[in-house]
Amino acid sequence: MIKAAKKEKVLVRVQINGKFYEEEAEPRKLLSDFLREECGLTGTHVGCEHGVCGACTIRYNGAAVRSCLMFAVQAMDAEITTVEGLAQDGTRHPLQEAFTECHGLQCGFCTPGILMSALEFLEDHPNPKTEEIKEMLSGHLCRCTGYKGIIEAIEKVARQQNG
Amino acid sequence: MKPASFNYYRPSTLKEALQLLQKYGDEGKLIAGGQSLIPILNMRLSAPEYLIDISGLQDLNFIRVEDGLLKIGGLCRQRSLEQSSIVKEVAPLLVEAVPFIGHVQTRNRGTVGGSLVHADPTAEIPLSLLALDAKVVIQSIGEVREVPVQDFFITYLTTDISPSEMLTEIHVPVDANPRGYAFVEFSRRHGDFALVAAGCLLDTDKEGRIISGRLTLGGVAAVPMNAQDAIDILVGEKLSDSLLEEAGRIASENTDPEGDLHASREYRLHLAKVFTMRAIRKAYERSLKL
Repeated sequence: MIKAAKKEKVLVRVQINGKFYEEEAEPRKLLSDFLREECGLTGTHVGCEHGVCGACTIRYNGAAVRSCLMFAVQAMDAEITTVEGLAQDGTRHPLQEAFTECHGLQCGFCTPGILMSALEFLEDHPNPKTEEIKEMLSGHLCRCTGYKGIIEAIEKVARQQNG
Repeated sequence: MKPASFNYYRPSTLKEALQLLQKYGDEGKLIAGGQSLIPILNMRLSAPEYLIDISGLQDLNFIRVEDGLLKIGGLCRQRSLEQSSIVKEVAPLLVEAVPFIGHVQTRNRGTVGGSLVHADPTAEIPLSLLALDAKVVIQSIGEVREVPVQDFFITYLTTDISPSEMLTEIHVPVDANPRGYAFVEFSRRHGDFALVAAGCLLDTDKEGRIISGRLTLGGVAAVPMNAQDAIDILVGEKLSDSLLEEAGRIASENTDPEGDLHASREYRLHLAKVFTMRAIRKAYERSLKL
């Protein structure tokens, strides 16, 4: 059993983008804030803080989830991927490349969350229909691009993956 | 928006969890997937002294068929339900309903038990399980009891579960023969709370006459509503446009929705009729193909 009193800090051990982190957090610390403030990974954005906007979406043991709807203490021993984990050796991930080419972002606030959802989505849907992409995107709010470019970017990556 | 401080417990066994509930239940709150609770905590609509995190109790995360029942663990993720081939085979109504819950990103965390105990009157899982005539298993130290979903919901966000109890399992009777089914819902945007939702199950004979059925409506009262009166007039008949219209009218008249900023009372009454009709038609058409 794990227990912690109100202001007591717990040592949270997680693997993020392949690297181990051990940082302290009060029980009430949201995972989104933990990533940003304790781990210094500010690529995960915090928008509405009640699970509506999708900006804080990360991959948690492979699943795209809202990091503002979890506490850091709950993430003990989990494997997390954030937007910082996408680029490899200075080369952007194909999704990041496609978002740039298709004008899938403007201000970029919603982008990290959408990328993380899109990553899970493309693994589950190698040949996605536009409707399916829209359904996945319904969990994200973008106020700049109008989604068209985002959909095109995801479709482009799907085509690339299928050779 | 940050939650108020709380004392945190993460038990590793059901027994530990029930002991904690016995001790702190009155001032505490269980957290499983947290997809409804954490927004409430973040907005400080609730500030429990103790948070008992049962998300580690993997023994409560299962889907299996046993003794003529589809048994679903309280901690089963909504996403697992949606993707389960077993559920698709024995209770396809649930698989049709789950994609209406929030978004894939919240269904990846949200649990079946959590959706039941949260008891939002528009929620899809309570509505579907009522249509399926399911029972919930509720445990506390020294007691296990079963409650029909029909009796489980008391009013808005309130169920027949005491602070020292936990919902651990859901039992859905498995039909000997498959029935026609339909889950339909209207919301302003996909993933929003339903304005009105309807679940329907229908049995027909070889001539297409309706033998029996269930119809449940959400968003039209303080709890998910069983609209059996609308089905009763269909029994022994083949579905016609006039009968369908009549069933829709009866279902709508029996509801008692409140108006709010999302929809007026009149609009919800209208939707109750239309979605009753859509659910019955879809379930009927499916039952003819079985």
